[in-house]
Amino acid sequence: MKACDLAIIGAGPAGMAAATEAANAGLSVIVLDEQPAPGGQIYRAIETVPEERRKILGPDYAHGAGIAQAFRNCGATYIPEATVWNINPDLSIDYSRHGGSAQVSAKHLLIATGAVERPTPLPGWTLPGVTTAGALQILLKAHGGVGDDVVLVGSGPLLYLLAQQMIAAGKPPKAIVETIDRERYIKAARHLPRALAGFGYLRKGLSMMRQIRQAGVPRFSGAHDIRIEGVHRAEAVVFSVGGKAHRIETTSVALHQGVVPNQQATRLLGCDHAWNESQRCFVPKLDVFLESSIENVFVAGDGAGIAGAKSAAMRGRLAALRVAQKLGHSNGADIRALQADLKRDEAVRPFLEALYAPSRDILQPADETIVCRCEEVTAGAIRRAVDLGAPGPNQVKSFLRSGMGPCQGRMCGLAVSAIIAERRKEEPEAIGYYRLRPPLKPLLLSELAQLEPEATRSEPL
Amino acid sequence: MAAGSSQDITTDLLVIGGGIHGCSAALNAALRGMRVVVFEKDTVARHASGVNAGGVRKLGRHVAEIPLSLHSMSIWNRIADFLDDDCGFQPAPQIKIAETEDELDTLRERVAELNGLGYTHEVILDRKTMRGYLPAVAEHCVGALASLQDGFAQPYQTTFAFQRKGIEKGVRFLENTPVDRVFKTGKDWKVVAGGQTFTGRFVLNCAGAWGGEIARQIGDHAPVSAYAPMMIVTERVRPFCDAVVGATGRPLSFKQMPNGTVVIGGGRPGIPDPATNRTHMQMAQLRHSAQTAIDIFPIMRGAQIVRSWAGIEGLMPDGIPVIGPALHAEGAFHSFGFSAHGFQLGPGVGDIVAELIATGRTQAPIAPFSVGRFSQVSTKPNEELS
Amino acid sequence: MFKRIKATETPRVSFSFEGQPIEASTGDTVASALMLSGQTHFRNTPISQSERGPFCMMGVCFECLVEIDGIPNRQACMIPVREGMVVRRQKGAIGVETE
Repeated sequence: MKACDLAIIGAGPAGMAAATEAANAGLSVIVLDEQPAPGGQIYRAIETVPEERRKILGPDYAHGAGIAQAFRNCGATYIPEATVWNINPDLSIDYSRHGGSAQVSAKHLLIATGAVERPTPLPGWTLPGVTTAGALQILLKAHGGVGDDVVLVGSGPLLYLLAQQMIAAGKPPKAIVETIDRERYIKAARHLPRALAGFGYLRKGLSMMRQIRQAGVPRFSGAHDIRIEGVHRAEAVVFSVGGKAHRIETTSVALHQGVVPNQQATRLLGCDHAWNESQRCFVPKLDVFLESSIENVFVAGDGAGIAGAKSAAMRGRLAALRVAQKLGHSNGADIRALQADLKRDEAVRPFLEALYAPSRDILQPADETIVCRCEEVTAGAIRRAVDLGAPGPNQVKSFLRSGMGPCQGRMCGLAVSAIIAERRKEEPEAIGYYRLRPPLKPLLLSELAQLEPEATRSEPL
Repeated sequence: MAAGSSQDITTDLLVIGGGIHGCSAALNAALRGMRVVVFEKDTVARHASGVNAGGVRKLGRHVAEIPLSLHSMSIWNRIADFLDDDCGFQPAPQIKIAETEDELDTLRERVAELNGLGYTHEVILDRKTMRGYLPAVAEHCVGALASLQDGFAQPYQTTFAFQRKGIEKGVRFLENTPVDRVFKTGKDWKVVAGGQTFTGRFVLNCAGAWGGEIARQIGDHAPVSAYAPMMIVTERVRPFCDAVVGATGRPLSFKQMPNGTVVIGGGRPGIPDPATNRTHMQMAQLRHSAQTAIDIFPIMRGAQIVRSWAGIEGLMPDGIPVIGPALHAEGAFHSFGFSAHGFQLGPGVGDIVAELIATGRTQAPIAPFSVGRFSQVSTKPNEELS
Repeated sequence: MFKRIKATETPRVSFSFEGQPIEASTGDTVASALMLSGQTHFRNTPISQSERGPFCMMGVCFECLVEIDGIPNRQACMIPVREGMVVRRQKGAIGVETE
């Protein structure tokens, strides 16, 4: 078994920056990532993207090239196309690659598995042709594909960034249907003074809005009662604004209600999590060096709480420096400066979180709306289980199989917790989340049967 | 809670543990007119009762357990009428495969022994009959032992149904309420939990893997240990097997649920941590369960595992539970340590224990399960601290 | 309908989906190649048989499950295209009985 000082799961900005920092400090580092090339979702295909596409995607995306290059040159062992399916309490890690499983073992672990899109249950969201906004951005980044009648639906900066990139690609979205209303701007305004510290972000936001306006993309604000119509696939988005009904025909609907930490790995390990009311999601509890409640397990990047790509890289470096310090490879001199930079970079977040808070439509979907896509469990079925007495997501799961399909609860977990919390009139923190169990991703029975038992602690680390 | 912390709450029966045995005994006691409070340190069915493999099995029982298992089966067969919930119970054969002639001989001896005792529910299946029940079984399997009128159920759904029926009949469930102390004052038992003191004429220890400490406070020594049999569930696959299958020469429990998922267990243990409620999987061990499943059903090679888990079970050194009155203190009873095969026994043993508590006697042959079979070090129950 | 911004000069790869030939670019995943060929229906659920297609494109949602070269449950968005691949829709629960 390969052993190392620091194992990193995920090769996005946090994982790449952490690996570079740690390797430069003299640590042995192994990076496991599911994609064939580094970059994560934010810098997807960063090493191979053609020049014209790089221009469309903009300078923030292009910034990832330097991070990836430094990572490639840092000397860390990089294992791409590796799907981590189990992490043991001794920090040995089982992963699957090309149909077989192997193990690495680590003294320290950095979970840099980023964010996933918040579940957006609304009528018709399971129809083919309905995707997340992130999915269309990946199609554009990695494959140069763009739709010609896309309707963007929801809330959050990614909607406008994607719109801007589509405009640059010559295919503006057909419409943007926003779930935020004017009232939200007023609510968010109180966070503006602090957000001014992140002036760069605000300026970029205003610039995006300007380009969308100039391109003549229709925008609908304060949309509610959104549903997607279609028989075999999406045919139209239907919604109301201020009592007026709208219907826009489209073959492609991109949903977005912000992103949330990917909790799979931290939950599997049993790290403590807290409910973040501002971000409306669970976030692992971390100390000021990003170490979790489990000793030697760190979390960086959006998995530590949503803060964006720049913060992700800084958090990766911070965690790496802390591990180096613990191992006596660093005096920790740069740690304070990084913590200050992070604070500055995150200043804009409360404003964004207040402005782009998820819509009530998706937080409390109608009874007939499917919440667990895999097992086709509706919001009403979940509420009925709660009314019978099921106290939390694990009992609802045992009862209804929500979260027991192939996505293992990734697409419904937060929505299920929120629905139970609302029904029981309790806080999501008290309701909790699915207990996660290996495998982290579905695994062939034959692959488990062929698992080579490896000496776990006999080799020197 | 209505009562203040200084106020005693008086009831008839104090049940410690909200697993299937605690819930079943509580319901049955309530049906006999008793007032019952159940203390559950987590939530009902949180551990073994909610996450076991769901086998409703008479097959392969220790001979002392057979009468209890038969009684329980009679309740399972009318469980939907009893609890107003079908509990996901499906009658199905339980079949224990022999992979060699030697194994089949061992199974034949078992049938002869049971027949000698007057039991006829276990029968030998020859190769052809076995294949009739299990068309997908591997070629090398030579025959089987079967109990044809067994079944399986949904463990969480079942325990939850016992709880709900109990509530309907007046049982009070205190969840997330660990018991701090159990002691006797005069003829009464007291339980201190959740900042309150509860008084009852009777106390029943259904605390599973945590039952040893409760037994100690009652005044008995019960060497129960925590045990975490690992299980796997696959994605949904098209129906190919409607019996519950085990093996003779190596551990296996295998069944396809009506929804198509396949549950594979068989007792290979993970690492339990009863103090934190967690269990850790041992993949290097679990792989043997995967291999056994593939050896006996080769078509399972292409199935995907969606989840693996292990519940915390209470294991006795001799593998059979502790059921019956406390040795040294009147009014206290035990029903725990079911050693990873207590699910099927839940409905029946709950009925027997409730009868024992309410009437002071039972016709059921529970003597083999007395806590007295273990050497007793402590002989005095906790007394009220002065 | 999804289209490529620019017909890039990257080498072409061909494979089949439900017996139909599909032209892709190297660097495509099975999901991106199918989406860019106008395909939206990748699988049917094992519960209601309802039609599903790619949703997240990052390996999270498992909606794009297809059968590739006879092996079911492949995540189309995670698997690079290869010349001559045979891709089929995954229709409901997989059958393990057809060995």
